[in-house]
Parts: sequence; C-alpha cells; structure tokens
Amino acid sequence: MNILICVKQVPDTAEIRIDRESHTLIREGVASILNPYDGYALEAAAKLKDQNPDTTITAVSMGPVQAEAALRECLAIAADQAYLITDRVFGGSDTYATSYILARAIQHIQRMQEISFDAIFCGKQAIDGDTAQVGPELAEHMGYPQVTCCLKAEEREGELVVLQENDDNQKVIGVTYPCVLTFTKPDADPRFPTFKRKIAARKAEIPHISSKDIGGIDLKRVGIQGSPTKVCKSYVRENKKKAVMIESDNMEQIIQELYHAAGQVCESRR
Amino acid sequence: MEYKKSEDIWVFIEIKEDGKVQRPSLELLNPGMEIARKLNGKLVAVLLGGELEDAVREVSAYGADQIVTVQGSEYKEYCTDIYTDALCTLLKKYAPAGFLLAATNKGRDMSPRIACRLKTGLTADCTGIDVDRDTGCLLWTRPALGGNLMACIVCREHWPQMGTVRPGTYKTKKAVKEHVEIQRETVEPRENKRRTRVYEIIHEESGTADIESADIIVAGGKGLGSAKGFQMLYDLAEALGGAVGATRGAVDKGWIPHAYQVGQTGKTIRPKLYIACGISGAIQHIVGMSASDTIIAINQDQDAPIFQAADYGIVGDVYDIVPELTKKVLQEKGRKRND
Repeated sequence: MNILICVKQVPDTAEIRIDRESHTLIREGVASILNPYDGYALEAAAKLKDQNPDTTITAVSMGPVQAEAALRECLAIAADQAYLITDRVFGGSDTYATSYILARAIQHIQRMQEISFDAIFCGKQAIDGDTAQVGPELAEHMGYPQVTCCLKAEEREGELVVLQENDDNQKVIGVTYPCVLTFTKPDADPRFPTFKRKIAARKAEIPHISSKDIGGIDLKRVGIQGSPTKVCKSYVRENKKKAVMIESDNMEQIIQELYHAAGQVCESRR
Repeated sequence: MEYKKSEDIWVFIEIKEDGKVQRPSLELLNPGMEIARKLNGKLVAVLLGGELEDAVREVSAYGADQIVTVQGSEYKEYCTDIYTDALCTLLKKYAPAGFLLAATNKGRDMSPRIACRLKTGLTADCTGIDVDRDTGCLLWTRPALGGNLMACIVCREHWPQMGTVRPGTYKTKKAVKEHVEIQRETVEPRENKRRTRVYEIIHEESGTADIESADIIVAGGKGLGSAKGFQMLYDLAEALGGAVGATRGAVDKGWIPHAYQVGQTGKTIRPKLYIACGISGAIQHIVGMSASDTIIAINQDQDAPIFQAADYGIVGDVYDIVPELTKKVLQEKGRKRND
C-alpha cells in the first residue's frame, strides 16, 4: 500500500502568551513543531507499515522553507520520502485554496513518480487554526471517500477498516481505496525516531514543488485571491473579570462564604 | 449554474440514529432567527433522517419559518457521501445566503465537503455570528492560535456563506410561529456504490460525562496531583447534583477520560456554576468555560490566571477546601429536609 501523509509545521500554541501591557501575542521564542495530530496520522501509517513492510509512506507539507524541519521529523519517524510544496503565490491561502493546491500537488507527485496513493492521511486539524477542514476538502477535490477523527486503521482485503471517534460513540467503519483519513489523538503515544533514522533524515534530500512544477494548476484559485474567506480583523482575547477573593484565616468562614456563593446558584435552580 | 442567492438563512438540524434532535442544532435557530431578520429573509431548518415526524414537530417550536425535509431509510444513519449529496442538491435549489451547522463531529465532517463542492468559504467552530450592516455579509468570529487570538472571518463573493458553530455558544430559544411551512423534498441517490460502511457502533459505558447538559460542573486540573483527587470532585458534584469536568493537563496525565475535557480541544460548556479546582487557567481551558454564569476558582497560586476568569476566588489547598464544602452542602441539604 502507498500512503501519502499531509503535515503542517505549527507554532506550539501552548507556549504563546499575551503581553498584558501591549495587548499583543508574544510569539518570540515560541517553538515551531510538527502539528501533533499529524504525528498521530504518521503513527497510524507507521503501524500499517509494521504489519506490511511493502507499505510506502510519502510526506508532503505546504509552507515556507523552514517547514522542511517538520518533514525531516516525519522522515526520522517513519516516512520514506518527503516533498515540500512551497511558493510565494500560495501564501495567504484559506482551507479551500490550500486543499486545492495540495490536491494538484499530490496528482503531480503521482504522475512524476508513477505511483498511485491508496490512502491520504492527515491530522484531524492543525493546532494553530483548528479548522479541521483541509482533510475533507482535499478528499472532495480528489473525489475520494473520507473518514474523519480516526483513532486507528487496519488493512483488510479491498478496504481500510478504521475506528472513528464520535461525540458520543465510536464506530468501526470500512472505507474503499483510495480514501482520505484524518486522525485524532489515540490512547498510546506515537513512537520516537531511532538515532539511525534521525541521522539519515538530517541528510535526506527534500525536493521542492512550486506552482511552476504543477501542471494545470489554476493560479486564480490559490493564495489570497483564490480564497473565498478573508480575515477582516483579529484581536487578542483577554479576560476582563476580576474575582472577588474569599479570604479568611477561619476555614469555617471560608466554607460559609463559598457555600453562599455556590448556594445562590443551586437555589435559583430549584 | 449561477447561484441565485436568496436572503434566507439555513440551519442544518442534526438528528441521531434514534430520531432525537441534537441540541447544538436547535441552539443555532436562535442566532439564525436574528440574522434572517436583519437580512429580511426566512429562517429555514433542514432535516435529513429515516423518520422525521417527531423531529419536525420539535423543531417547529424554535422559530423556523420553513422546514425542509428529506426522509428515507438511507438517511437514518449518518454517511458523509449521502448527506453531502443531498444537502448540496438542496442548497443549489434554494440558494440561501447563509448556511449554519453545529460544530459537532458530523457537522465538521460534512461541512468542508459541502463547501468545497459548492466552491464557497467555510468558517470553522465559530463563537459568534453577526451581519455586516453595510454589505449584508455574515461576520463569523472564531478563536485561533489555541484561543489566544480571535479572528473575524467574512466570505464576500461566494454563496452560501457557511460556518460551523461551537455547541454551547448560544442558548436554545423557543419561538412559536403561527405558520411553519413544511417542504418535503426527495433527492435521487447517487448511482455509484457505497464507499463507506459502518460495521459496528461502540457505545461508551453509561455514567460517562454528560458535561454539556449539566447545570453545575466541578472541574479538576493538574493541581490535583493525581487521579485520586477526582474522587473528591465526584463527591462534591454528587452533593451539588452536578457533573465532573477536567482540563487537558489532567486528561493528558491519564487521570480522567477525554470525554470530560473542557476547553479548546475538549468541550465548550456554559453551566450555571463552574467550580475550578487546582486549575491554573490556561487560555485553552478558559475558552471552554468562560461563558459559565458563575465561576469559583480554588487554587494555591494567587497569581494563577484562573482568578482573572473567575467571579469568586479562594487561595488555598483544594484538599482542605473541597471536602469541607461537600460536608457543608450535605449538612445544609439534611437540615432543609428536616425543616
């Protein structure tokens, strides 16, 4: 089986802080990481490769040259080859334009490498945008079926069988090839790269794919002008509340006041 | 085919396999009504399902001017392909100005496919919708970068303007219309064979988190120090008649399942009372609970950001305070019973 995995390099959003004086985000020193959900997708692909060593894993990412680091991480963990889709004209693309570019680039890789991908794996969402839209939109551009929020995947005859996480249940779903699967966080942590693979990944050549390489791409459909949605404004979110502090050396009094605060709510409920 | 846009607002009403209407969809009829009024359009609810009679009756009480249904055994169980086909057919036919879906698993599964097929824009997981007075465009507000940033998104030249809305963002609002027009539609199913098949549905064990509908939530974070700390929270929740919630930190440590998680990558809730125990107050958590009516925070660190999101704060050890509060609640309950 040939698996293609789409990954994104993202800022570690847990590290971002707000400067209370200037009301801006402090982005300095915030690390760039492989989107964790993409890591879960890669782990799912690696597990399929454990079962069937003939499996190939190709990683692609769209972004600036720095995003090569995320691809090297994929190579170190389990990917066999990697491509970076990079071009200034792609900048500012929303999910619709991004998924269009990815679809065209994937078709380009298939033609160039004379390979056909049986499955495209993505993280459920990227932690910077949290849209969870690129996977399904890519599936629509490719004309493939999709299963979102997968926890794991298994190869069966003629189909992939996946476990899907839902709001109130889990589903075992069979999906025909070729397909798009998006992955969410499973119970077990993804594997770490071996030292040997790490070294190899550092030296690996990562070909770049630009708009000029991709035959038949419609440049009116990429970047800001190709994006149906626009950001009209953005602002830092701040909490304005200031808690009334319940202070006393006397525990009984604290509990009394606390009960009073909580009790009002409970009373009004009845 | 050109999209001859109407001024109507469509809301997708999600129905479970057992025929029950999902609350997050009903919530959307509330902002839907406001927007439709501003645009001088109709509010339309669209329902797909196996058997829709009860659902139509229920939805009629929430202010829709028109209800469009597609009924058939193939719609009983959710399927991305079948739902996408049907909704795209209807949207092309009726051409609404806006289309709202709840940001549930299903809503977020099908909405990008629909938007992509209709070549339009989609805004994910919104926490606010408004209308731009000058252009009549919908303004979608959503958190980004882990909730640190709020972005306002607009889709000016493509229709329908689509967005998914975070469950719990709006309250359900009953509104009885004198006349609700019911439009029964049929959609020819696609020829090709089914590409996905559900083999098994695994239901979570009973007693799991129903934190989205609880009026009172007692939540714990890493400050509890261990899984054991949650027992004390269950006791307090039980005494108060509420449910237990958790932060991502506590879930990542394996102290409590993900179903209990409140915040950016968990659930958004708006209970009447939220008691945060040993929760520092990362922005990713705050975005999931800041709409609660009353927030009480108990934390050892007086500089913890949770105190900037709370109505009442106590600096102290949760292990001292929570059991005492439980005792007090039970005592008062007993006293009232004896009165």
